[in-house]
Order: sequence, then C-alpha cells, then structure tokens
Amino acid sequence: MTRVSIPILKITTVMLALVVVLPLLVVFSGWMQSENLVWEHLLRTVLGDLLKNTAWLFFGVGIGVTIMGVGLAWLTAKCEFPGHRFFDWALMLPLAVPAYVMAFVAVGLLDYTGPVQTSLREMLGSNNFWFPEVRSTGGVITVMTLVFYPYVYMLARSSFITQGNSTVEAARSLGLSAWAAFFRISIPTARPAIVAGLSLALMETLADFGAVAIFNYDTFTTAIYKAWFGLFNLQAASQLASFLLILVLIALTAERQLRGKAKYHEATRSTNVYRYRLTGWHRWGTLFIVCAILLLAFIVPVLQLSIWAWGVLAEDMDERYLGLLQHTLALGGMGAGLTVISAMILAFTRRAHNDFLVRSSVNIATLGYALPGSVLAVGIMLTFTSIDNVLTTMATLIGRQPPGQILTGSVFALVMAYMVRFLAVAYGPIESGLGRIRVSIAEAARGLGDGPLVTLWRVYLPLLRSGLFTAVLLVFVDVMKEMPATLLLRPFGWDTLAVRIYEMTSEGEWERAALPAITLILVGLIPVIVLVRRSAKYQGRN
Amino acid sequence: MSEILEIKSIRCGYEGTIVVNDFTLSLRDTTQNCLLGPSGCGKTTILRAIAGFEQVTRGEIVLNGKVISSRNVQIPPEHRGIGMVFQDYALFPHLTAVANVAFGLRKQGKKKQRKVAEEMLELVGLEDHIERYPHELSGGQQQRVAVARALAPEPPLLLMDEPFSNLDNDLRERLVLDIHEILRQRQTTTLFVTHDQEEAFVIGGHIAVMNEGYINQWDMPYNLYHEPANRFVADFIGQGRLIEGVLASHESVRTSLGLLAGNRSYEWPPGTRVDVLLRPDDVLLGVDGGVDCLITDRHFKGAQIMYTLRAPGGDELLSLAPSHFDIDIGQKVKVAVDAEHLIVFRQ
Repeated sequence: MTRVSIPILKITTVMLALVVVLPLLVVFSGWMQSENLVWEHLLRTVLGDLLKNTAWLFFGVGIGVTIMGVGLAWLTAKCEFPGHRFFDWALMLPLAVPAYVMAFVAVGLLDYTGPVQTSLREMLGSNNFWFPEVRSTGGVITVMTLVFYPYVYMLARSSFITQGNSTVEAARSLGLSAWAAFFRISIPTARPAIVAGLSLALMETLADFGAVAIFNYDTFTTAIYKAWFGLFNLQAASQLASFLLILVLIALTAERQLRGKAKYHEATRSTNVYRYRLTGWHRWGTLFIVCAILLLAFIVPVLQLSIWAWGVLAEDMDERYLGLLQHTLALGGMGAGLTVISAMILAFTRRAHNDFLVRSSVNIATLGYALPGSVLAVGIMLTFTSIDNVLTTMATLIGRQPPGQILTGSVFALVMAYMVRFLAVAYGPIESGLGRIRVSIAEAARGLGDGPLVTLWRVYLPLLRSGLFTAVLLVFVDVMKEMPATLLLRPFGWDTLAVRIYEMTSEGEWERAALPAITLILVGLIPVIVLVRRSAKYQGRN
Repeated sequence: MSEILEIKSIRCGYEGTIVVNDFTLSLRDTTQNCLLGPSGCGKTTILRAIAGFEQVTRGEIVLNGKVISSRNVQIPPEHRGIGMVFQDYALFPHLTAVANVAFGLRKQGKKKQRKVAEEMLELVGLEDHIERYPHELSGGQQQRVAVARALAPEPPLLLMDEPFSNLDNDLRERLVLDIHEILRQRQTTTLFVTHDQEEAFVIGGHIAVMNEGYINQWDMPYNLYHEPANRFVADFIGQGRLIEGVLASHESVRTSLGLLAGNRSYEWPPGTRVDVLLRPDDVLLGVDGGVDCLITDRHFKGAQIMYTLRAPGGDELLSLAPSHFDIDIGQKVKVAVDAEHLIVFRQ
C-alpha cells in the first residue's frame, strides 16, 4: 500500500511554520522604519544597563542551576542517604512554582517590612544588623536558580540513572578515584542532557518578565513592556525585542555547538543500581543541603502563600476571583486545544512525508519555545495590526464599512501567541507517542477497509492517548501560568490569574496576590505529579 | 609458577542475603581460568569482589602476596591494578576508541600513551577504527576495544565478566578464539566468568564449576566432561542421561542395558543402588546383540542426529548417531554402551 498523500497536511504544516516566522520577521522589520529618536534615546540611556543586567542573569542563573541541578541529580540518583527516595521526586516540585510567584514571596518575606526582618528587629531590639538586600542582582539570581534548577536536575538525573555504574567502575579499575571518575566519566557522559536542561533554564531566564519586574531589575522584557505601555511606542518595543531575540539565537546556537557531535547513544542500561553509601558527616551534610533546598524552593513559599491567602480568603474569594479563574481556564483550554491540534498536524505530516520542506517546516514551527512571550506579543501585535490595516483599506476600496480592528486585541491573537510559544511543548510527547506506533499497524487498518480519517479515529487516537494527554496537560498549565504575552495581548476584560498577580505585586500587595498564586501552584502540580509517576514507572521496569 | 591470586574462604552478599559463602580459589601466574555456572550462582559477585566493587565480610583476597580485601581491608579498585572487561563493555561514550584504550595509561607521556593505545588496537585488529566513537562501532568491535583497554596498562590479572554474552553466535566463536590467543601470547593471568560451557572450554585452562556460591569441581575441561565430581557437574556440563543400576561387582554395574563396565573400580559394596551417567557418544545404535530400545524423539543436526530412546526398564537415553543412520520415531533399534569412563553416582 502506498501512503496516500494529503496535500492539505503539507500545506498546513508550512503555514504553521510561517505563523512562527512571520512575527519574527515583523519584529526585525522594526529596523526598517525609522524611529531613530526613540532608538537613540534607548541606546544612550538604558541599553548598556539592559545588556549588563541580562548578562549577569544569564551567567549567574546558568552557573547556579548547573551546580544545583547536577549536584542534586547525582546525590539522588547515585547516593544513599536518609530519605533519598523521597527527595528523588520531591526535588522536582519547584517546577510547579512560577518564577514570578517565587519572586514575590521572596521579596515579601525578606524585604525591610517583611516578617523576617521585622522579627529580627524585635529580637535584637535595634536596626543595627546587616541583612542582604533582597532586590539585588544576587536576589534575582537566587530566586531564578531555585525555580529553574529542576530542568537541569530532571535531565541530568535520568542520564545518571541510564548511565549505570559500569563505565565508572571501568574507570576505577583503570586507576581513577571516585571523584576523578565523576568528573571525567559521569559528567561528560551526561553532558548532552545537562546542556539540554541548562538551555531550557536559560531560555526561561531570558524570557522571564514577572520575576524581574517584581525585583525592579531591568531587562529586555521589562523594557519592552515599558516601551509598549509606558511610551506607547510599538516600534521601540520591537527594536528591543529584536535585541532580545538575537541573544536568544546566540544561546540556541551555542547549545547546538556545545552538544555538537556528542550524540552519545546511551550504553545498555545496567541493572545494578549500586549507590554510594554516604557515611558520617557526608550523610548528614547531604541531608541538610537537600532539605534546605527543598524548604527554600518549595515548602517555605507554599506555606507563606497559604498564610497570606488564608488572611484574605474571606474578601478575595469573590466573583472577581471566579471570573479570573474562568478566563484563565478558558484561555488554557483554547490554547491547549489549538496547540495540540497543530502539533498533531505537524507530527502526522512529518510521518507521512519526510521530505526537506516538511522537515524544515516542522523544525521552524517548533522553535517557538525559544521566543520570549514579550517578543512574541510584539511580533503578533504588529502582524495583526498590519493585517487589520490591509482589511480596512480593502473594505474602503470596495466601498464597504471598514471592519475596524477585528484581529488586533482579540482573543484569537492571544491564543495564536500561545500556540506559537507552546507548539514544541505539545509536539514532543505526541511525536514520541507516534514514533512508537508502527506504520504497519495503521496499514493493517487501511487494509481492513478503514479510510484515513477512520484510521485516525480508530487506531491512532486510542494509541496516542497518553501522549495527547501529556501534551494537553503541559500546554494547558503553561498557558495558565503565562504572564508577559497575556499582559500585552489580552483583550479588554480578559484578566487572568497571572495578570492579577502582576497587578497586585506591582503595588506591593503580596497578600492579595497569594490566592491566585496558590491556585496556579496547585494546577502546576498536576503535570509535575504525572511526570514524577511516569519516571517512577520507568525506573520500576528495570 | 606461583600463585598470583588467593581467595581464602570469603563471604560476600548484599543487605541480608549471603551470595557467596566460604569460597576458596587460587590462580597460578600466567594461567587462564574460568568460573562457570548458571546465572545467579554468585560468579559475578566473586569477580566484583576481586576487582574491589564488592565488600568481603569474611575471609580475605590476596593479590601477589598482599591482602587487598578482608573484613578490615578494602583497597579501592583504582589502587588494585586489576584489569576488568565488563559484560556491557562499559566503553566511555564520549571518548574515541584510542582515547578509551589510553585511558588507563597515566604514567607515560601523551605521545607514548597514544602509541601504546594504537598498538593495543592493532593487536585486537582495529587499526582502521582508531578514531571511531563507541556508538560507531559494532558489538564485536566494541568488545575488542574493551579488551584492549583493559590490557593496555598490563595488569597482573585480567577479569572478564561474561564478555561475549551480548554477541551473536558466529561472531562470538571467532572472538573467543582471537582473544584466547591474545591472552595466551601476552601470558596474562585471566579469570573469566561465563554460563556458556563452550566459551569456558576454549578460554579456560582450569574451570571452576559453580552452583549456589560453591565450587563443585575445579578441573580441566576434559575431566569435567568425562569425570564429573557430582551430579550437578554431570548435568551442567555436556549432555547425557542418568540410568538406574545396581553394582554387580567393584568394576561393573547391572542396568537395563546389560552389564556395564568402565576402566575404574568403585569402593561401594556390590548390591549398592547407583545411577550411571551415559553421554550421547557413549550410546551406540544398531549394534548386533544390543538391547532393543524405542526411539521417542530425534533432532537432525546436519552431520549427526541426536536420538532420544527409551530402554526396556523405562530409562531415557540420548544417542548421537551419524546422519546416515536414519530411523523414524516409534521404531526399535539395538543399543549398546561403549563407555571408557563410566561415571557412577551412589543413589
């Protein structure tokens, strides 16, 4: 049986690639229009600081998440200390905490008027003690490290587990000490996984808007927001966005380079899961460090949020909150629906036609994860504005009533932005699920008389169930947590939980941001639990 | 020749379960030796204890006169200088073949290291694959790199843990012979672990047949086959069936196949009930004056056919006959026994 080629699939795939590329091109085209006055102003005043701040963040968080992620992964995957089974999954929990939530909890807790400094003052009875400034470069880096280390942790951990022990044992039988074997064998073998995790963490760092806004730490994302809402200058915003985009592209290229040819095929899984038995102070030191990280990154923030939320529960659990929740869920549902359907189209096209055009279209379409939400918002806004303008002109030409701005500022624009941003998130699980379905299974269905759509319904969808579930879940939760694009593109009256958090925190009202924040963490825990259970099952099989 | 490795009644195990208890073995210099046994018999644990990856809770392991493992001594693996070839090869995936082989050569300069590594790869026949990464090599080639890597630092003792079990049959036979030859030429003392007796027969000068943590017999392949020390060895090594019998004298046994006699005598009194081991090559078919037996099964093997027969008393027999001796299942055939080494166990 030859595969029936369906040109619609192919065309849709190319269109999806264009949808991702178009906003990018529009962002760069900002340079063609002369807004020199604003640009020169930017250059003279803020650009140097923005670059400096971004560089600090990039390297600080990069080093922080690498040390923390790799170190914790090694401890939980390879060492035995009290509670290592618990920490193995518990250390993934911070994934459920959005960076901006962590940021406002840290600031709320630790700044001058926060409970920590206040009680210290009461205890000491004076103001004369040193306390680190929370709203500082170090503060931002610490917060982001605590939130983003799980990316490195998860990937490094699974790499350490699949490595088994035999290469390390081989190295030791050839004369290396345990430490030397760790640095010369375990780390280099895990390098592709570590780099992949690191690049995810750094993409999030560059894209972050909420956390840096709370810290008043100026980066490109906050500058874009100010140019847009403060100066109402979309051109300046797009020029800043293009700068950020160049940084992202450099980071992406660096990742490819670092991974390079190192496409190690993982050695056969070794069955002996020998762990180093830590003794004496190693044992208790490890337990202390691991407990401290879990406390700082998850338990303390959740407790503090609960306390705050409890205090305002009576007044804040009102219709406004329900409205926010409704909008958030609606956007999450629409975003997840459109994104997952698009991802399915990509995956099926890729399977049916594996030619150059399709391959590159899929590669481009799944690049959107690297686009910071604020850049994307600028690009989509500019694109839709020009489409609206064209429509208006056309309507005027044929003598009809101009439709006005039907696309700009619509829910559709926002959902498109979500789709572009999270297409890769949905594509991953669907593609790998599809890869496990042998072509012959579908061919058998076709041979038994099912048409392509019936085959999709009767064969593919049931088999893809778990991949689709994962994809929907991940996108749904990501959309709910998304802040910068929502903030910039939301239609009037479409405030979400994340928007509410931004509004309350920009006024320093931490307590009132707590209820939406805790809601988001609870929702965010669902995919984390699914991830944890899946990896537990995966390990259980061996 | 002197003893290079002495294992003195060691015990090892994991939390609560003792895998090996009171195990003793010594290896002479420049010999090739083998631990042979079914999976789970503790042979890999012993190998790992020698390499220093498992603790010994009783007894001691002595290498070249120096205690390397005991209850109180646990020299770390990197200071033992023992070479090891792993079951999954454990090649470093981020290093090329030559870098893998040079890994254990740290005393010489870089140039010297590379030269030695290249020579080792040449020795195992991989001179054309020096710069390949492990994932670019076939299973057999990876295996050769693993052997070259372990041999490069010229260890006084080489341990091999089922090194051929991941290869298909054709490749395995060739590789086993090649590596046996390399080890023999370099006079490396080797201890090799396997569950495959044919591998063991090629590599091992002395073979320890193990079961449940104990050595059943420590002997040359010929003796293991023809003079197994007990029923386990008789059953594990080679094929064959036990038939019932009664000692007629100190030299002969009365069985359903008649009076059988070998070239040795037995100390038990006549009248003792015994089992006699008959190998397929001991049982001859179509012999005039033989006992009538029924053919119950047959397996064509090319040059030969393996017949399963039932003797008048109900005993089952195996017989390996030339391929042109072609009889159908259900037919009867005259059977005689020609055993020089008649193996008899007391019931």
